[in-house]
Amino acid sequence: MKVLMKGNEAIGEAAIRAGCTLYFGYPITPQNEIPEYMSRRLPTIPGGAYIQAETEVAAINMVYGAVSTGRRAFTSSSSPGISLMMEGLSYLAGAELPCLVVNVMRGGPGLGNINPEQADYFQATKGGGHGSYRLIVLAPASVQEMADLTVLGLDLADKYRNPVMLIADGNLGQMMEPVELAERYPNEHDKSGWALTGAKGRTSHLITSIYLDADEMEEYIGKLWRKFRAIEQIEVRADEYQADDAEVILVAYGIVSRVARAVVETLREQGIRAGLVRPITLWPFPSALVRRRAEQAKFLLACEMSMGQMVEDVTLAVNGLRPVYFYGRSGGNVPTPAEIVAEVKRHL
Amino acid sequence: MQKVFERPKSLNDRPFHYCPGCGHGIVHRMTAEAIDELGLQERTILISPVGCSVFAYWYFEVDNVQAAHGRAPAVGTGLKRACPDSIVISYQGDGDLASSGMAEIVHAAARGEAFTVIFINNAIYGMTGGQMAPTTLVGQSSATSPYGRDPHFAGYPIHMCEMLATLKAPRYIERTSLNNVANLTRAKRAIKKALDLQVKGEGFAFVEVLSPCPTQWGVSPDESIDWLEANLMPEFPLGVFRDAKTGEAKR
Repeated sequence: MKVLMKGNEAIGEAAIRAGCTLYFGYPITPQNEIPEYMSRRLPTIPGGAYIQAETEVAAINMVYGAVSTGRRAFTSSSSPGISLMMEGLSYLAGAELPCLVVNVMRGGPGLGNINPEQADYFQATKGGGHGSYRLIVLAPASVQEMADLTVLGLDLADKYRNPVMLIADGNLGQMMEPVELAERYPNEHDKSGWALTGAKGRTSHLITSIYLDADEMEEYIGKLWRKFRAIEQIEVRADEYQADDAEVILVAYGIVSRVARAVVETLREQGIRAGLVRPITLWPFPSALVRRRAEQAKFLLACEMSMGQMVEDVTLAVNGLRPVYFYGRSGGNVPTPAEIVAEVKRHL
Repeated sequence: MQKVFERPKSLNDRPFHYCPGCGHGIVHRMTAEAIDELGLQERTILISPVGCSVFAYWYFEVDNVQAAHGRAPAVGTGLKRACPDSIVISYQGDGDLASSGMAEIVHAAARGEAFTVIFINNAIYGMTGGQMAPTTLVGQSSATSPYGRDPHFAGYPIHMCEMLATLKAPRYIERTSLNNVANLTRAKRAIKKALDLQVKGEGFAFVEVLSPCPTQWGVSPDESIDWLEANLMPEFPLGVFRDAKTGEAKR
């Protein structure tokens, strides 16, 4: 049965149904519906706990502690708050701990504003915190996907013992759409080999990310990166729209991909064979797919609510084979179909 | 023949890496003894901080997690809320707890998180090389206060027990010292009491231990006890700052 939900609330409810009944967060617009929803729901669930942390720094470290016990936990914030979580995310990745972090992006830099932007792409996909690590980054484009990718994110986090970041924007967080949710989602990963529960009837477990010896540290980083290489092979996800015969390839994610679909339709009505590639995993980025589409296209146009961040991954994937152009808006402005149509025509 | 003194079960058979005269080894042993005496080895999760005791997990035969600098009380909050039957110990030094992690310790205390904090106060950064700590005394010289801590621009030492005792939720707050046998006994008793209160689910317990750091104080292990008595103890008076259920007990 479909129910009408806000994007932010769909994340909360999907997490709970995936057995993620521990939430730690701090208020920041435009994601406040998530902590508010969790503060209503979790106290009514056996074993559930909601804590309003003193800072985002504390929130991510509460997640660090909670997931160390083998249970699922998540936190959410918006751009400035996510910046404060970067230390913790590096530690989580470094200690191979699974968790979900939701970033409902807003305008920036600095305090910026509370309007939607996609300018945290670099921070999410290229590191953000210190050291050699990656986050798996998921980008929903609808309220349904806010729920589905929350479930997927929790699963991928457990599967790879690595933090997963879901990046949405203020639009997706605030808008209401019909959502279909399962009664329960699987939560079956065996964590008994490493989780901290008290060393009863077994040798003690240790969760850490410190390796003083250079060779030991290098070996450990190598192990992490074999995992990241495997993720790049296995976990790439993308969606396409009318791309099979397209001579103009648009690349867009999140809310902008919905604008881009309208652009594809408009251009096709005018006899221009346009198509869309929509990355669902921003890391690992669907480079092979973008490259394949580049081979058939005259050019590619990356559209973002930023000054151009994902476009760099598109450019890397295309590697000079075809021109890659960029159209973006910032400050909370969403590119309109007319603007993007005009941009495409400029390059034809 | 009956053994009357042996290594606690909760402590590994591994020599401490700490400097001669350092207090960490003593407090490690006290903590392990208390864990054993209360039968908590199989329930305990120890949080190692950043600082000289970053490798506390080398020594404790219990489940262990290493936390980012200052964040141990937040990590402890997550652990305890996720696994309420576990016995969570946050072991922290003064730079970790009273500087980088001031927000985390104050708010864990304010929420009355039902875990145990052992706070080693030696008024200096040990591992990073003897820099000024939030508890460094006025006039005390350090690697970053080479002319002595000047309150005109570096302020005054922070008194954690007194500060936390202004909060309603904490169940137990005591400051102890490692300067003589009587105080060692008191310190051990305080740690054991703090753990026992956690077993009973009574709330936040905080034990500060004034501890010698001969290496960074620039004195011999022997002299370090005199230095502790002459300088640290007058600034940080020993005693129980809270032993009452003034706040609401945790579920």
